[in-house]
Amino acid sequence: MYPSLLHESPHPDETIVLGKRFRLPDSRRIGTYLAHEGYQGFLKASQMTPEQIIDEVKASNLRGRGGAGFPTGLKWSFVPRQSPKPKYIVVNGDESEPGTCKDRVLIQYDPHQLIEGILIAGRAVDAHRGWIYIRGEYRYLIDIMDEAIAEAYARGWLGKNIQGTGFDFDLSTHTGAGAYECGEESALLESLEGKRGVPRIRPPFPAVSGAFQCPTVLNNVETFAAVPSIMRMGGQAWAALGIPKAGGTKFTCLTGHVNRTGVYELALGFPVRKMIEDVGGGIRGGKKLKAMIPGGSSCPILTGEEAWELNMDYDSMAKAKTMLGSGGVVLMDEDTDMVKAALRIIRFYQHESCGWCIPCREGTLWLKKLLTRLDEGVGTVKDIDLVGDLADNMLGRTFCPLGDAAAMPTMSIVRKFRHEFEAKLGRKTVSMAGLSQLVSITG
Amino acid sequence: MTFSPELEKRFAEMAAKYPEGRQKACLIPMLMYAQDEVGHMTEELKEEVAKRLNISVLEVNEVVGYYTMMRKKRMGETHLQICTNISCLLWDGDQLWERACQKLGIGHNEVTADGKISLEEVECIGACSWAPAIQVNYDFQHHVTPEQLDKLIDDLRKA
Ligand SMILES: Cc1cc2nc3c(=O)[nH]c(=O)nc-3n(C[C@H](O)[C@H](O)[C@H](O)COP(=O)(O)O)c2cc1C
Ligand code: SF4
Ligand code: FES
Repeated sequence: MYPSLLHESPHPDETIVLGKRFRLPDSRRIGTYLAHEGYQGFLKASQMTPEQIIDEVKASNLRGRGGAGFPTGLKWSFVPRQSPKPKYIVVNGDESEPGTCKDRVLIQYDPHQLIEGILIAGRAVDAHRGWIYIRGEYRYLIDIMDEAIAEAYARGWLGKNIQGTGFDFDLSTHTGAGAYECGEESALLESLEGKRGVPRIRPPFPAVSGAFQCPTVLNNVETFAAVPSIMRMGGQAWAALGIPKAGGTKFTCLTGHVNRTGVYELALGFPVRKMIEDVGGGIRGGKKLKAMIPGGSSCPILTGEEAWELNMDYDSMAKAKTMLGSGGVVLMDEDTDMVKAALRIIRFYQHESCGWCIPCREGTLWLKKLLTRLDEGVGTVKDIDLVGDLADNMLGRTFCPLGDAAAMPTMSIVRKFRHEFEAKLGRKTVSMAGLSQLVSITG
Repeated sequence: MTFSPELEKRFAEMAAKYPEGRQKACLIPMLMYAQDEVGHMTEELKEEVAKRLNISVLEVNEVVGYYTMMRKKRMGETHLQICTNISCLLWDGDQLWERACQKLGIGHNEVTADGKISLEEVECIGACSWAPAIQVNYDFQHHVTPEQLDKLIDDLRKA
């Protein structure tokens, strides 16, 4: 009844760990979960001290899967457990970074895995309450999650004295309402409290003052979903699935001009070439790869030649001056119009800017106007330079990273594909009416 | 105005899910679930929700103004949302969008004269690996072809 998000069978080059129940019948149900090692990681964690749990997560080298890649065990260790305030767990299921559609798969096919990860985090930081914030567009996933939560309460995996361990935990979903900015952790917390999604001044970080001004662990859906396997397998074994410094597997969304688009579970450090040619079945129509965005549209772009030699991990991408990001890989073939791509990306960030700070609010607007002119063939060489300068001036000068997220892809596209911007100069494609409007805004 | 008993029950249970004294946290979920019933953010809806949370309508308006999914006016019986963001653009999502506009004779956030269909160009809806993607109310449709879009619109018109 829900659209299928999976290929019939996994690709042989995938490393299936978190996804191992996805293709079972009724994979969403607690019965299926319990029959396939479900909640065993929590039972193991309930025999451990909080320090031991955090050490295990540290040993796994798990890094945040929401985009920034912060080490998860370290983040959990920042929570002041002795604080008299209640501690909370918040799950970031806002998944709105263009190119990213993997948390959807994790919730649709295995919601109990997420609940178990939350319980283990709760044990580790002495939290007894959590919320799963899910973007409003994912209403059917909120329903799936609500059903799973109800099952867990009914079977004693949520609520008071869970399975006689003496541990209490309450959990519920919380809907978003259409705002990319609410994926940013502090804006999300504002939204959770019933306000507009405007980011908070940090420090204090959520670990010290998060939801309702109490210490809070806030992680991405995939990050929490990885924790049960870490507990079951042991941190070191889980780390060994990836590469040194980046443990485990990463859900990777192949999107754009590739034959077998889809969401795949790949070991960290997976070679880009293999990912595109083998897992993705090559570029559509046998064409050449012109460009790749490695992890959601806010990451700096790579040319095809650059991308081909890299591996899908944090350090490899950092060396190439981009980021692994959220796992949303956008592939563009040789026929892609890069000016159009740049314009579409900036239109998004302009729409989503919360308007709080001027460099972001005005910068994204100007970039959109300039790129529209350039795309329509009425721009000048000066406009191309101005795009670069404007983006450069936004970088690091905004209140939250959305400003950078808008500037970085724009700068990199203009720098790496400048010839395409130049080729469009003087090739007017708009009517006079549209033109006069454009002229008036740029004076 | 009155909400359905199911919604009232949902509201009643919601308050217990947030710390004591912080029930304003219910605001966004309450507005969204109420909108599902009422269709858009009417003055009555906002007043009703404000009353329950003991906050001013002004505070409600502030939030309603911020969130894209909170509808400021009545939309069509079926709300058609077409993604044109980057991954969908690479699979001609922009052409699907143009096609829908032309076929329906309406643009972004507009409603057909008979009130049956409204149209919205949306940002990434988390269906990038199954592009081009659309949402029909809350339902996802993946790998949408121009022919499928035509048929969908024809069927909705006849309904
Ligand atoms: C503008 C913006 C949007 C973001 N959107 C998301 C999102 O949709 N999902 C997510 O998990 N993290 C998102 N993040 C990152 C979060 O701020 C935060 O780093 C993350 O949720 C932490 O979890 P992790 O350590 O498990 O990755 C976003 C950040 C920014 C600046
Ligand atoms: S950078 Fe943009 S989104 Fe972030 S606070 Fe400033 S205006 Fe808002
Ligand atoms: S870009 Fe269209 S669903 Fe993500």
